[in-house]
Formats: sequence, structure tokens, C-alpha cells
Amino acid sequence: MTLREIKELLKAEVIYGEEHLDIEIEFAGGSDMMSDVLAFGQPGLLLLTGLSNSQSVRTADIIEAKAIIYVRGKRPDDVGINLAKEKELPLLSTQYMMYSACGILYSKGLPGVPRP
Amino acid sequence: MASSDLELSERFEISGSDFSKAGTISTKIKGILQEIGIESSVIRRAAIASYEAEMNVVMYAKRGTLILNITPEKLHLKLEDNGPGINDIEKAMQEGFSTATDKMREMGFGAGMGLPNIKRNADRFEITSEPGKGTSLNIIFCLNRA
Repeated sequence: MTLREIKELLKAEVIYGEEHLDIEIEFAGGSDMMSDVLAFGQPGLLLLTGLSNSQSVRTADIIEAKAIIYVRGKRPDDVGINLAKEKELPLLSTQYMMYSACGILYSKGLPGVPRP
Repeated sequence: MASSDLELSERFEISGSDFSKAGTISTKIKGILQEIGIESSVIRRAAIASYEAEMNVVMYAKRGTLILNITPEKLHLKLEDNGPGINDIEKAMQEGFSTATDKMREMGFGAGMGLPNIKRNADRFEITSEPGKGTSLNIIFCLNRA
């Protein structure tokens, strides 16, 4: 599924990365705890999170995530947005809450993180 | 900066409580490792361990140092801080055990996963701590480089 399709399914707004919407996303995971993301994340992850400070972007970069979707209409701070631009990591924001956003993507065939 | 067949050593100062810069050193280290051509799976594990360890220093100590040492055989991250130290290391190594404050949790950390995450990603992990003085970590990754 492309990030563009995900954007449409979640009626998401693009905060950064309009030019990267055609990347292919193969799996996703959701958490507000960055240590959990560091523990379960795998390269290529689409991260759904409600944590909107710059640590969300830094964590995504460290685990080589492909993009971040902020749930509940959250948006990262400027530090986060600038870091995402530097790392070319697309950031989107959806009004859906975590459970609904994950459920919509899962029901359309986007699986969770593959078991190691 | 050393090329891939040379040894490399760099020292970084970590400022405690400076959440705005938290993680920048680990991002820098990841860049260095990519530049000198370390294997990508090692980079990822080292970046995660470094980031968790850096966050611990930021969250708990006033200051700390991170020394990155690379030889053809291994990548060594050595961290030392002047934080409160850890009373019971065995307990601190258990997933879910945490002494984090609300501020730390707001940053997305403090779930009691940091030290276990570091250990899980490292090939060798040593921790020593003295309550009231600080904590020191040796995090080692083996490099299969000719």
C-alpha cells in the first residue's frame, strides 16, 4: 500500500513529505512509548503515534521507519518537523484516534510488524 | 574521521535534562557509522542502544560522556554519568521496572525498557553503578570486518 493510499484512508493531512507519498508501506505499528518502538520496530515501519515531540521523529529515524502518522490530530513541534525534513521522513496527521487509525489500515490489508 | 580500515575514537558530552537535544549524539553516531561503512544491522542495533543510553543520561544525570571506539574487531560505546546511580541493577534490568517521572514519560520514555533494550541489542553489555556517584555502561558490538 502506498503512503498516498494511507493518507486517503485516514483522511490525513501531510505535514511534511508531499513528494514522498508514493513510497510503498508494507507494515505498521502503533505506540506512544518510544522504548516500545525501539524494541519492536523494524526497518520500513510505518509508525502511528500520539507522541508529538521531536523524540518521535528521532526514534523513527533510529529504527529506519518509513513515515510517521500522528493520531488524534496531533502535530510535532518545529524541532521534529525540521529533523524530519533533514532525514526526508514523511509526517502525516490524522484526526482518527489510535485504535481506529490502526483498525482502518489493518482492515485494508496492511499488517503489523513481522515477527522476528 | 577515519576510513573503514582505521581505528576511530570520538568523545561526546551529554547534557542532562536538555530534552530538546536528547538523541542528537546518537543520530550523529549513526551518521558516522554509515559513513565508515559499518554493516547496516550493526548500525541499527548500535543506534538503538546508544539512543536508549543517551536518553537515560539526559533523564537521570546532570551530565555524562559517551565514547565511541571502533577497531576492526568491535564497536564499543562507553557511557559514564554523574547521575544518582542504580540501587538494584538486577531490578533495573527487568522489563517494566521504572523510576521515571511524568516528564520522562511525556517524552515517550520511562517504560522500563531502556536497559533491557540496550542489552538485547548488544553483543556484550556491562553495567556498573554506585548510588550517589553515577553509572557506567560498556556496550559492545562485534564487527565481522576483514
